[in-house]
Amino acid sequence: MKKISKSLSALLLGLVAGAALADVTLLNASYDVARDVYKDFNPLFQKHWKAKTGETVEIKQSHGGSTKQVRAVADGLEADVVTMNQANDIEFLADKGLVTKDWTKKFPNNASPYTSAMVFIVRKGNPKGIKDWNDLVAPGTQIIIPHPKNTGNGRNTYLSAWAWALKQPGGNDQMAQEFLGKLLKNAPLFAAGGRDATTTFMQRRMGDVLITFESEAEMIAKEFGKGEFEVVYPSLTMQTEFPVAVVEKVVDKKGTRTQAQAYLEYLWSKEGQENAAQNYLRPRDAELLKKYSASFPAVKTFTVDEVFGGASKAFATHFKDGGTFDQIYAQK
Amino acid sequence: MPAKSHRVLPGFGLALGYTLVYLSLLILLPLGGMILKTAELGFGQIMDIALGERSLAAFRVTFGASLLAAMINAFFGLIVAWILVRYSFPGKRFIDALVDLPFALPTAVAGITLATLYAGNGWLGRWIEPLGFKVAYTPWGIVVALTFVTLPFVVRTLQPVIEDIETEVEEAAASLGASRWQTFARVVFPALFPALLTGFALAFARAIGEFGSVIFIAGNIPLVSEILPLLIISKLEQYDVLGATALATVMLAISFVLLLSINLLQWWTANRHRNREPLEAAAGKAAAGLQ
Repeated sequence: MKKISKSLSALLLGLVAGAALADVTLLNASYDVARDVYKDFNPLFQKHWKAKTGETVEIKQSHGGSTKQVRAVADGLEADVVTMNQANDIEFLADKGLVTKDWTKKFPNNASPYTSAMVFIVRKGNPKGIKDWNDLVAPGTQIIIPHPKNTGNGRNTYLSAWAWALKQPGGNDQMAQEFLGKLLKNAPLFAAGGRDATTTFMQRRMGDVLITFESEAEMIAKEFGKGEFEVVYPSLTMQTEFPVAVVEKVVDKKGTRTQAQAYLEYLWSKEGQENAAQNYLRPRDAELLKKYSASFPAVKTFTVDEVFGGASKAFATHFKDGGTFDQIYAQK
Repeated sequence: MPAKSHRVLPGFGLALGYTLVYLSLLILLPLGGMILKTAELGFGQIMDIALGERSLAAFRVTFGASLLAAMINAFFGLIVAWILVRYSFPGKRFIDALVDLPFALPTAVAGITLATLYAGNGWLGRWIEPLGFKVAYTPWGIVVALTFVTLPFVVRTLQPVIEDIETEVEEAAASLGASRWQTFARVVFPALFPALLTGFALAFARAIGEFGSVIFIAGNIPLVSEILPLLIISKLEQYDVLGATALATVMLAISFVLLLSINLLQWWTANRHRNREPLEAAAGKAAAGLQ
């Protein structure tokens, strides 16, 4: 007992000393479900940076809805780096002058160290035989998705279906909008968020198909068991990006530019990429992607830039008030 | 009233000053900021935002569901408060404590729990859905969530008032020949009515702004089950702070007018009741009306 308390106090002392001795503190403002990724990544970077420079870095995390987070940063939350799940959120910071205008060029791969894909989750044995987007508009098929206008997850689904419809013979915007109209009719509800959609589908057993991030499928397997569902990869889907950027104004003020830059760069290192893969996010590193190919089957994807000319433009066309989503509901 | 009234406890000036500062900091300042921000938009633009098809539908859903929830609570809340004050039975303290739970529970937890209960495979949903009555993911779900969240308001407002009405009053009415219904309708209810209105108004006001619990059970389908706070969040998602504050201001203005009229009604009935007759006299009159 005494031994335990002794070692506990030693540990506590060590923690306090560690915090006190930190030469630099970085704040990473991040989206909601990134907790696991960065919880594992931060110690890797701290070790790396200590070995390289002898400097102790303390990293603090702030998590919340992506759009809420950037608004907090714009309103004065002193985050050195932002790691988000939507490019238009970082665009917003660029418009406010907090992030450089050419932030996508500051790091490789469009400044997104890892990616995911939108996939279908169907019930065990796929009783409705769902293979592709057109199976989702069949009468009597119910889809479970988060609100397409208010959540990143829902927007990705909407744009994936739109891009697929465009690629069909004779596909154009009008056809795509009609297709989306039919698809949304099959949604009995719009969930409040990604996790709420998962609960509705898995626990409340509503709907025939859940559309969500590939990485979410692993979470479902952990929570509900692998045998409960199947993952279906449609013929075309969105490669979702998770862009990162240095907040120029903050690092200049705090004098943390070198460390902040190194922190984000380290996401592309072997260690950083492997950490992403272990958190079920597709690494950019081709070798690692191969190594983890069991988790990441080949899938034909598109990026928002390719089909919609950028995240901000896609948002303005489809999800702003009066955009295509609103038009679909105004036609009724 | 004399120019200077004598009080046992001094400190009117200090207390009033404190009240004004406190209310200004807590209520007037944020609301003033909101209205100032909204003023950046012209009146026409504000109306465009408020009168859009989606907004109008959301106004209807929000105010309709809130009104219904407040009415349900006014009725059942009165029964609960009456039982808790007038009778003693085993487990009374426990039930009394239960009433406050909706206040303590995080609203999101309430919403998720209710959605799970009323979903097609939930404990309640599996029995009522075969009867053709869907609650989860319909506007009825919104009413259920709001009823849950606002229950304590009516009960807690009524309890002290019911305690003040002595049972002797009921006995007096009865001994003077009033029937049970007359005792309730002409003696007890008029005394309760002002407090019932207050509880109703509090529940109604709370319901209009409620977001956390509703969002998980509403279904959020445009034109059907979208509530106003969701549209405000939707504007914020578009970085449209102005649009969001405009919508909030219109919502607030309507709520304020509604609450003001309820308060006026309450003040009027309370006054009328007080000026007209003391309870005992009312009891006598009720009985006299009989003969």
